[in-house]
Amino acid sequence: MHELSICQAMLTQVEEIAQREHASQVTRILIRIGPLSGVVPELLQQAFTIARAGSVAASAELETELQSIRVRCQQCGAECDAETNRLICCECGDFRTQLISGDELLLASVELTREPEEEGTGDD
Amino acid sequence: MCDTCGCNITDGNRHLIEEGGKHAHTDDGSVAVEVLQNLLNANDHQAAHNREHFDRHQLLTINLMSSPGSGKTRLLETTIDTIKKRYRMGVIEGDLETENDAQRIRQKGVEAVQITTGTACHLDAHMIHHALHQMNLDELDILFIENVGNLVCPASFDLGQHLNITLLSVTEGDDKPAKYPVIFRAADHVLITKSDLLVMLDDFNTEKAEQAVRHLAVEAPVTLISAKNGEGFETWLTWLDEQVQKQAERRAKGETTNPKLQTEGIHMHAQDTR
Ligand SMILES: Nc1nc2c(ncn2[C@@H]2O[C@H](COP(=O)(O)OP(=O)(O)OP(=O)(O)O)[C@@H](O)[C@H]2O)c(=O)[nH]1
Ligand SMILES: [Mg+2]
Ligand SMILES: [Zn+2]
Ligand SMILES: [Zn+2]
Repeated sequence: MHELSICQAMLTQVEEIAQREHASQVTRILIRIGPLSGVVPELLQQAFTIARAGSVAASAELETELQSIRVRCQQCGAECDAETNRLICCECGDFRTQLISGDELLLASVELTREPEEEGTGDD
Repeated sequence: MCDTCGCNITDGNRHLIEEGGKHAHTDDGSVAVEVLQNLLNANDHQAAHNREHFDRHQLLTINLMSSPGSGKTRLLETTIDTIKKRYRMGVIEGDLETENDAQRIRQKGVEAVQITTGTACHLDAHMIHHALHQMNLDELDILFIENVGNLVCPASFDLGQHLNITLLSVTEGDDKPAKYPVIFRAADHVLITKSDLLVMLDDFNTEKAEQAVRHLAVEAPVTLISAKNGEGFETWLTWLDEQVQKQAERRAKGETTNPKLQTEGIHMHAQDTR
């Protein structure tokens, strides 16, 4: 499944961040996934346990935050919660809505341990 | 490359970065780095570059997605036969294993590059880029990309195409748009294929299928089509003509377009790299 490719892409980004931050180890990765991203969190978790081996995130935890689906009606302007296969307006019933959240596939934050000699002082 | 360009920030998630600083120290002494970038950043960037290639060569690129056997190659064969005199076409074929589809296209006198993905169930922007370098884009008006037969994975990967076609054959059932919303939401045109078989099926309701597509907030045309008896081809080819025309108009103004699956954030990014 494509979750493995997505995991590998994610780990590439995590490696870059770890290097930039002079981190020796990544302890936690937080991602935000919308139900309409096409990615199944459980499958991503499974893929992660395979993909993380040998990487800087080898012992990291992957946490996924599922985002909710929200649409804005282009006819009446209402904003509604919606379901994956029912994205119509909850007020007027029109199908011409715009997705305002629910399809994200985002790396949100990475927790890491700095290398000891770096004297990890956040200077920003 | 450009993790500060804001290319993944949309109305829906903007608040997430506006609250709080970039670094936060946790109790146990480790550091949390706020990132907020698309997991498929690298693919999206490659896709944007592919799109620049297409635009520079003034061609229209269309990605075809469906489950295995819904009729993607057959649609291309019939389309090529009908409009070969009008347009110069090329095809990139994605398949897990064989060269069969590319050979079918070549038999129609059209250049086809086969990408065999092995275990990967979708094409990605890097594979397309590689294939592009085996083609002479200057000699094309339309480039079709036939994605790997799969109703799930291809929808997540932008290839740099301008438009997406999602095919649903009548033998698959009218509930598929509701079961696979991501790929149908990505469609700029939904083709319900093998309409000649409808007479033999008593449980495929075309209106229900279209309704299920509308429920996904998709305004794209839904066309019933048969590569066997030609039904719907007039509508499909008229639409294609319009799209070629629109692409020419966009290019005259130095603009481009992204397929439906790309969210607002990518549009923002397309602007900032120009
Ligand atoms: N009756 C009928 N059969 C069709 C039609 N279109 C395609 N087929 C048949 O359906 C089968 C699969 O068609 P293809 O064009 O190979 O499907 P595909 O989507 O390219 O398949 P993959 O590349 O393997 O995913 C073939 O036997 C086609 O002849 C149609 O309009 N009517
Ligand atoms: Mg095929
Ligand atoms: Zn409304
Ligand atoms: Zn960017």
